[in-house]
Amino acid sequence: MPYLVHSPEDRAAMLETVGVQSMEDLLVDIPRSLRMESLDLPRGLSELETMAEISSLAARNRVYPDRLTFRGGGVYRRFIPAAVAAVTSKPEFYTAYTPYQAEASQGTLQAIYEFQTLIAELTALDVANASLYDGATAVAEAAMMAHVHTGRDEVLVAGYVHPEYVEVLRTFSDGRGIKVRTGSEPSQKTAAVIFQQPDFLGLLVDARALTAAAHDAGALAIACVDPISLAILAPPGEYGADIAVGEGQQLGLAASFGGPHVGFIACRKDLVRKLPGRLIGAAHDAQGRRGFVLALAAREQHIRREKATSNICTNHSLCALAASVYMTYMGPEGLRQVAEVSFKRAHALAERLTALPGWELAFPEGQFLNEFPVRVPRSPAVLRKLARKGILGGLDVHRWFRQLKGVLTFTCTEVNDPRALDELVAALEA
Amino acid sequence: MADRRYTKTHEWVTVDGKTVTVGITDFAQAQLGDVVFLELPSTGRKVGAGESFGVVESVKAASDLYSPVSGRINEVNEKLATKPELINSDPYGEGWILKLELEGDLPQDLLDESEYKKVTEAGSQ
Amino acid sequence: MTEPLSFELSRPNAPSPRLPDADVSAPGPADLLPRDFLRTHPPDLPRLSEPEIMRHYSRLASLNYSISENFYPLGSCTMKYNPVANEAAAALPGYAGIHPYQDEDSVQGALELMWRLEQALSAVVGVDRVTLQPAAGAHGEWTALRMIQAYHRSRGDSRTEVLVPDSAHGTNPASAALSGFHVVEVKSGADGRISLADLESKLSSRTAALMLTNPNTLGLFEREILDIAELVHATGAMLYYDGANLNAFMGICRPGDMGFDAVHMNLHKTFTTPHGGGGPGAGPVGVKAELEPFLPTPTVERSNGHFELNYKRPRSIGRVRSFYGNFGMLVRAYTYIVAMGGDGLRQASEDAVLSANYLRKLVGEDLEMPHEGPCMHEFVASARNLSHDGVRALDIAKALLDREFYAPTVYFPLVVPEAIMVEPTETESKATLDSFARAIKEIVAEARSNPQALHDEPQKLPVGRLDEVAAARQINAYLQGSSDDPVLRWKRPSNEPC
Repeated sequence: MPYLVHSPEDRAAMLETVGVQSMEDLLVDIPRSLRMESLDLPRGLSELETMAEISSLAARNRVYPDRLTFRGGGVYRRFIPAAVAAVTSKPEFYTAYTPYQAEASQGTLQAIYEFQTLIAELTALDVANASLYDGATAVAEAAMMAHVHTGRDEVLVAGYVHPEYVEVLRTFSDGRGIKVRTGSEPSQKTAAVIFQQPDFLGLLVDARALTAAAHDAGALAIACVDPISLAILAPPGEYGADIAVGEGQQLGLAASFGGPHVGFIACRKDLVRKLPGRLIGAAHDAQGRRGFVLALAAREQHIRREKATSNICTNHSLCALAASVYMTYMGPEGLRQVAEVSFKRAHALAERLTALPGWELAFPEGQFLNEFPVRVPRSPAVLRKLARKGILGGLDVHRWFRQLKGVLTFTCTEVNDPRALDELVAALEA
Repeated sequence: MADRRYTKTHEWVTVDGKTVTVGITDFAQAQLGDVVFLELPSTGRKVGAGESFGVVESVKAASDLYSPVSGRINEVNEKLATKPELINSDPYGEGWILKLELEGDLPQDLLDESEYKKVTEAGSQ
Repeated sequence: MTEPLSFELSRPNAPSPRLPDADVSAPGPADLLPRDFLRTHPPDLPRLSEPEIMRHYSRLASLNYSISENFYPLGSCTMKYNPVANEAAAALPGYAGIHPYQDEDSVQGALELMWRLEQALSAVVGVDRVTLQPAAGAHGEWTALRMIQAYHRSRGDSRTEVLVPDSAHGTNPASAALSGFHVVEVKSGADGRISLADLESKLSSRTAALMLTNPNTLGLFEREILDIAELVHATGAMLYYDGANLNAFMGICRPGDMGFDAVHMNLHKTFTTPHGGGGPGAGPVGVKAELEPFLPTPTVERSNGHFELNYKRPRSIGRVRSFYGNFGMLVRAYTYIVAMGGDGLRQASEDAVLSANYLRKLVGEDLEMPHEGPCMHEFVASARNLSHDGVRALDIAKALLDREFYAPTVYFPLVVPEAIMVEPTETESKATLDSFARAIKEIVAEARSNPQALHDEPQKLPVGRLDEVAAARQINAYLQGSSDDPVLRWKRPSNEPC
């Protein structure tokens, strides 16, 4: 049987050492009435057969080439340097446990410490944690922080925040009796104003004004940001946001049908003790050598139990490692170039798409980076037509927003080369 | 100090007129290990007997602090912010935590030294 | 050996990576965007060439222990071998390369895999439905408690308390509190099994659920589980299963048959998806029919051979994460289940139990075994017999590190003084178990002959024991404004140019 190591002889010898006759003697504590004969599952397969079965399921999924993918909505195709997989596929990283024994986990601990620093630099905030599950739970965790910090029971969602993030926020908030309101006018009851920059449609919001409005009402400002955009856009720390969160998928992670990706969260110094999840800090041994350890653990569930800042234990460490490799590979120049190339190509594409008969920008006044909403005639037919040509067209956002009938958001990054844009436009003109 | 009284949650009090000084016991600091942080209330706040007023943290543990008496917080030991280790080195002296102005009478359930010793002996097994 | 931080290796003039030019004529951000929307200073990311980056991470990798090289006898963590075929499966372009918002028709294979995984997990734990959305164990616990809360509310029953054994993992009470429940502790008896008398005294019409794991944290099967379930259900409360210890009995018995109403599973424990140095994992939750209406959206349904995502679930607790869960982990777990089959999973659990009992017997020669066997898939020893030499469980743990074993779980559960919790799993050979037992024997001998030497271990690792107390005090000094060193991140010295 695959992955099992004992031979029948080993088992016999081990039973003898234990001093029992058979396996049954080791299972005596399980009531007879609970015992089952066998599992109602097929028998195991060889690796050859297993992979054939798994591959045949995979073959029933349609894979659009990166360059012909123009759909985003929270998950984007980006160039992923080979270095990322080369590092994350090292078994010393991916088969290591949570770094509770610091001396034997310095690789993981240092990598996370570097991740914390990278995110803090990118967001221009004081401290970032070791990672969260995804962008949606990061928004929800930030809202919980604001609730605890301000003692207020309402959070305000301003503008087009990713609808799935808002749904998750509602599920989290329900559990703690927090009200989720949409709008842009905070009140004295508001714990936080949550906005997304750029928003779910790709449009820029006035982050400074939203932050100021939050602060005027005594609320925190939570900025949900696209990490690549921060090569171009003012970072949350610069305009005074208290907490920055986001989805890190674009930093070197595959689309993978939506996960696993990585959530990040960073905050101002005075909120650090309310941060959820793991934090790594620098420490020294008796010989003065620097090493890294789990820090401020007394906030966490394994010590603080029901009074913990969050219940998170397992996080998305390996995805954070991928993001670190990506950011380190890019450096400040590379990240800026990725963001700028995407910006220019998206603007070139917007220009060409809105030249098509009946196509127009859904928000002509809106500024965008590399994703933008266009109103198109017969949007379902458009998408079907593109699919037939092997192109994954824009995202139909009407599904979430009634008022946006016929609106598709198109995304364009460095992987969509100019010829891919030609192919897209040609397919639409055909 | 003979007039020191204790709680089952390992706080101690001494009383001087209406002023009650509160700290944690030597047993408590030993159980916690090296104290690294205290979350303490601001002065002026009123607390009831048995009410949680703060948290004491070591690297491996965190424990709520409960007020042994009802009263108004008049003073918080400022030194603990930068020197939390005073809780370990001198729990009954420089490691005091709060001074309260007592409201009403001392609760009946405060323990004397020998009663408290029994609590710690039972708890450490 | 230690390795500098990437930030310390960074050189201001290091070449930046070659990336494509835009090759379109379009304005740039500075041409179009208002000035106060733009970043004024670039983020201070490291500047390193690819060769330097690869060496940096290779050196970091060499500082880690990992399952690929070391035995991890970590109790309650189920550190088994992570099959490499799982990795190959998840990397198939048909899985890694699909977008979550593709049309359902174009992702039938992915949906079918999720549907099949749900069927398989249901069969293993004995439930009616499973949600695959939760990203980790704690996330699954919380999801289950939200469903239980919704169930009670739907019956006009506002139950406010969740009972948690004192020996439970910290995520249990934390998850309950985040769902708005008041946590009530239930005491364990001296044998680590739940005290029925204490349970009975704490159950009431306020109780929403009892959270329990079985075998318990001592590796002992709760023999009275059927009585526990009856007591809990008689008060109208639900029974929640923490799946941490599921590896003990796959194919032998099922939580659903024991009376559990909601069951969470850790795919990163029982179903061999790698731990990744702390995640990502996956924490699916199985439920009995009465909780089914409350499952998070979306669920995967099959109708006429076609698979679809169902969002029309009016009584659902809502969404618990974006998209459909940690899909890549689901692929790995399903690949494992297909390879193992029903027969293989049962054999895996039997071997896990056998290995634990075997190692318990060997280690029992040198450490105390506070509870009578047999154990299930793990056991708890005590280093109390070394106390008079001044040696603690932590010293044993660190000494094991020097002998190239990862440390067992120590000081958990709290009911055993100087606890050393060992879970060998089914993927460690008899030879490995023998050498681990020999290492324990050596360490115990050293504890008797030269206890001081043990306090100085580990010696052979990149760093010795780190001063966490000093680090914590420095962090607090930073947070209180009396120090500039954040400790929680690297910060460029102020006299150094970017």
